[in-house]
Amino acid sequence: MPVEVIVKSLFILIVVVVGLAPVITWIERKQSAVMQDRIGANRADVAGITVLGLLHPLADVIKLLAKEDVVPTGANRVMHQLAPMIAAVPAVIAYAVIPFGGVYTFGDWKLSLVAADPDWGLLYIFAIGSIATYGSVLAGWASNNNWSLLGGLRVSAQMISYEVTMGLSVVGVFMIFGTLKLTDMAIAQDQTFRLLGFLEVLFGLQVPVWLDWLRLPGWGIFYQPLGFVMFLTAIMAENKRPPFDMPEGESEIIAGYHLEYSGMRFGLFYMSEFIEVIVIAGLVATLFLGGWSVPYLSQETIIGAIAGPFNTEFATGLCMIVHFACFMLKVIVMIWLQMALRWTLPRFRYDQVMDLCWKIILPLSIVNIFVTGAVMLLARGSS
Amino acid sequence: MTVPVVLFYAFAVLAVVSALGMVLNVRNTVASAMNLVVTMIALAGIYLLLEAYLVAVVQIMVYAGAIVVLFLFVVMLLNLRHDTFAPGRQWLVKAGALLLSLVVLSELLRLFSGGLPAPQAVLAPAGFGGYRQVGIALYTDYVLLVEMASLLLLAAIVGALILAKRRID
Repeated sequence: MPVEVIVKSLFILIVVVVGLAPVITWIERKQSAVMQDRIGANRADVAGITVLGLLHPLADVIKLLAKEDVVPTGANRVMHQLAPMIAAVPAVIAYAVIPFGGVYTFGDWKLSLVAADPDWGLLYIFAIGSIATYGSVLAGWASNNNWSLLGGLRVSAQMISYEVTMGLSVVGVFMIFGTLKLTDMAIAQDQTFRLLGFLEVLFGLQVPVWLDWLRLPGWGIFYQPLGFVMFLTAIMAENKRPPFDMPEGESEIIAGYHLEYSGMRFGLFYMSEFIEVIVIAGLVATLFLGGWSVPYLSQETIIGAIAGPFNTEFATGLCMIVHFACFMLKVIVMIWLQMALRWTLPRFRYDQVMDLCWKIILPLSIVNIFVTGAVMLLARGSS
Repeated sequence: MTVPVVLFYAFAVLAVVSALGMVLNVRNTVASAMNLVVTMIALAGIYLLLEAYLVAVVQIMVYAGAIVVLFLFVVMLLNLRHDTFAPGRQWLVKAGALLLSLVVLSELLRLFSGGLPAPQAVLAPAGFGGYRQVGIALYTDYVLLVEMASLLLLAAIVGALILAKRRID
């Protein structure tokens, strides 16, 4: 058992953190170039070969590692050096509970594609996310710079505000799936539901049987469309990337909390934001986009279809690969969406961000909880 | 020693050391607050070993993740203005602290005068400490207390709003 957990953790570290995070920096540059009608990152080369600018992440790492690590005069040395690590560690360990696939049975060996699967998986991510605040706040305080301090203050206010709304906006999802365990949520979304079923529940109309083929995959986004938008907004604000990057706000406070950082310590802040982009994509895919499930094809259907001509073990293995690919596809779509938003929207003003949190998303998410509860009660009464 | 025992001692030592660090760090308020965070996380680890999962997560989310961040917020704002305590009130604070620690000490002595009870191997019932059980308990047996606490919080929110609004007006 410990060996299995270590292998899975290494897999997550290598595939996601080492593999995907540098690619995201490339995607960000290239996508911004495409959106702004430029050619984009294409200068870094090895012996004249540029590979579409894919070598830029490598050049970044070499540059950041070779730079001098400056600690400003009058800064708190210990805190200044600890802060980037406190920012980066929560981003990496949040992956532990995100399922990359379901449970697959090979003979009497059960393989589940998630490193740790506690009943309170979603709460774990929220707890880890609340710890991540300290990295930026301490960085702002320890740098002995007024702009950094302002950035730190903005971080603490913004992240605490959005933690509240982030939690409340997904309560509807827990209510519908009846669990906080991320694998169970993904399994629940492997089914489909009738598109017109709500007419029976809400208005007592009889939907003819020949319309039963009108089905949707039971994804969270179809049950909780408002919850999806609110959760995505809140969690993107939590990550403090544009358009929610008031803590960095170059035009107002230069670079905010990481102003006084250089070299790889700056790189850690930079990387942790990109790693969080993948965590957000994975979490949104699991909560709202059906996790690893293939729409309209449940796990039994896939295994049954392949197991006919081949044996069951082969079918299960193939199903596992299909599920993993499906999950990664959803993750990449969510990453693309975040990048597109980042390069589309200008930075909000600070009071607009706070108003959005406390005056719009918070009341709406409470209304969402009550409406979800009422509809669930009606549905339970009618069946 | 088994793994849980080793983990328990690790968390216990961490909690005590960081709690001492918090109290003894009089020069640097931010370091003090960070020690408080470490204490909270170590306590959450001990709750996890006791299978009180929800309490552990809430401990990190609410105490370590939100309340101490607000402490830091205030500390950072105070540092900006170089505020100090008024020198005249120091003896009052010290006398209050002494009184409070005497009360706590006498309570501890009374509690432990009979010696600590022997540890018992009791298995937690299935689902113990999960969000389901805690939720059911809170909204059936303890619903009156929950409502009272929510009223108290509402009063605090209204009070804070009135104070802040008077300052703005």
